[in-house]
Amino acid sequence: MSIPEKKLEGTRLFPLKQKKNPIAAFENVKKNYDDVQVLKGVDLNISPGEKLALIGPSGSGKTTMIRMLMTLEKPSSGHIKVEGKYLWHKEVSGGLIPANEKHLREMRQNIGMVFQHFNLFPHMTILRNVTEAPIHVLGLSKEEAHQRAVDMLQKVGLGDKLDAYPAQLSGGQKQRVAIARAVVMQPRIMLFDEVTSALDPELVDEVLQVIKDLAKETDMAMILVTHEMDFARDVADRVVFLHDGQIEEEGKPKDIFENPKSPRLKSFLRRFLKS
Amino acid sequence: MTIEILLASAVLAFAVAFIAGLGRVSRFAVIRRVTAVYVELFRGTSLLVQLFWIFFALPAFGIQFSAFLASVVALGLNYGAYGSEIVRGAIIAIPKGQTEASIALNMTNFQRMRLVILPQAFRMMLPGFGNISIELLKGTSLVSLITLTDMTYKGLIIQNSNISYTMPVFVTLLFAYFLVALPLIILARKLEKRSAKGVANA
Amino acid sequence: MSWDWNFAIEVFPEILGAIWLVIAITFGSFIVALILGLVLTFARRSSFKPLSLLVYAFIEFVRSTPPLVQLFFVYFALPAIGISINKYTAGIVTLGIHYSTYVSEVYRSGIEAIPKGQWEAAKAMNFSKTQTWFRIILPQAIPPVIPMLGNYLIVLFKETPILMAIGVGEFLQKAQLIGSTHFKYLEPITIVGLLFLLLSYPSALLINRLEQKSNQAFTGKKNRRLTNQFHLKSGA
Repeated sequence: MSIPEKKLEGTRLFPLKQKKNPIAAFENVKKNYDDVQVLKGVDLNISPGEKLALIGPSGSGKTTMIRMLMTLEKPSSGHIKVEGKYLWHKEVSGGLIPANEKHLREMRQNIGMVFQHFNLFPHMTILRNVTEAPIHVLGLSKEEAHQRAVDMLQKVGLGDKLDAYPAQLSGGQKQRVAIARAVVMQPRIMLFDEVTSALDPELVDEVLQVIKDLAKETDMAMILVTHEMDFARDVADRVVFLHDGQIEEEGKPKDIFENPKSPRLKSFLRRFLKS
Repeated sequence: MTIEILLASAVLAFAVAFIAGLGRVSRFAVIRRVTAVYVELFRGTSLLVQLFWIFFALPAFGIQFSAFLASVVALGLNYGAYGSEIVRGAIIAIPKGQTEASIALNMTNFQRMRLVILPQAFRMMLPGFGNISIELLKGTSLVSLITLTDMTYKGLIIQNSNISYTMPVFVTLLFAYFLVALPLIILARKLEKRSAKGVANA
Repeated sequence: MSWDWNFAIEVFPEILGAIWLVIAITFGSFIVALILGLVLTFARRSSFKPLSLLVYAFIEFVRSTPPLVQLFFVYFALPAIGISINKYTAGIVTLGIHYSTYVSEVYRSGIEAIPKGQWEAAKAMNFSKTQTWFRIILPQAIPPVIPMLGNYLIVLFKETPILMAIGVGEFLQKAQLIGSTHFKYLEPITIVGLLFLLLSYPSALLINRLEQKSNQAFTGKKNRRLTNQFHLKSGA
């Protein structure tokens, strides 16, 4: 994996306002399940390399947002763009037609995801979990995929578990494999869906540390849906607070956590800081 | 004729299923063994072989059944054996706590079965019985092979009379069986959906 | 009249002679059922509604009409529209198609037991549809249902005597012929029954053992899956 020059903390640009070329953009995105509206028109731009934390109470629509970006769910209305292209539509001579599988697969090349419940493939060894997609989706040679996988697994501290099966690992180890599995695909955006929520408390830190290290050395954009506020403050360039299907407040971590403006964010943070 | 055989053998099959199913969970080892042998014997061999045995081989012992009776007995005993597995499965699926609660209420063994276990187990058996009825209907076609004039046999006779009837005869025959099966299918699917309710899960 | 040992011993080899034919037909039709069953499963899940409805109707129809009549249809009626096949092929095709409908239900239950997260992970890793099926879903869905498939192999084996109706000389027809020439049915038909018992009972025991084993393996998995679902529902 190529590791880009480490950026200095203070020199980073914080794209609070619209940037010229967002890597992903939500444009008035709404989502209904039957008659319940979980997203009520969200606009959000994510810049290349940006680390964005999505926080908010359960049911506020955070997970739905990144699941739509991963094409696991379809917006009810509005558009999502990745690298300037419509995610769910294809442009043909000025008009838009619904995306076919080919278009979706092209778009997914840009995106990777780590799930709350790991979703490792239980019938494959750890190594195969990480090499399977690079070989069969990216078309890498076995040697190259193997090399990439071993490097990555070593980096997440699981170099000695290559031949183990997911069932033999702890939750924290499983989640580190899942991270490695997503990273070797070298997406331009990585999505993290409450990746520590299903873990025993003592296993949370090992996973967060892996993500922190990754965030420091990668030029991938990252969207982190999380309930770990300290972690969000450490890793994110920008924090977005979602409430009841709408963006209630966004800003630099420092502003969000130390100087929240909206009363809802204030009460949300108060509840979290207590626990 | 098909319907008559279906009804007669269904009655026999369900009666046998209950007797053998209860026998398999009896307190007495002898009863358990005897019913187990019966069940394995009929599940381990073929329905058609049993039909032939009852119709052609039994007369060697001086027992001569009419084709109709032989058919009903063979179908009843065969599907009764399968049905008994459903009865047994449902009874042993009732949580132990139900038995213990009945003992705590000082019920007799018979009361426990009649008032507590069977009413719950019965609901679980229904979808299985629905499916067995469909299998039983399919099984009735075999009686044509011992020259009983059921639907299939009649079809064969018509088909024999004129070769150009072959296609329409067998298509009609298939749809006729499906038509008879249809209410059973609908019933079985409905029962499958409902069966989960009304059974203790603690 | 009663059991005649000499006669029984005399005719036993003749009946047993059909064993290779019976085994060939059983496995032949089972392979047809396994492959066609998979095709039906895929078609049933197709997002093209007319196809999936048609396949659903086909499965219900074939499953609830007698294989004997289906056999007559294949052997006697199909030639009327120019499709003529010999009796062995007719037998294998009929039993294969009939049991493919059962097999496809078995596959379906295996596939439905796969947690949604596996499909989502496959999507997130950008596998194609075909890759998802053959690399992720089926390798997990098939092993737990192997005992159930084994059960249907035995059921299919016990269904082979119906092929005597079109003159396939399997166990029962052999016995029937011997019976009618000597006018002694007891021994030959009893031998056929014993042969079925001898062949199917041990296989059934074996499958039971297999089932218990896979149940143990499966409960572990199932529990995990259940908790997964619970979390999905209670989560954001």
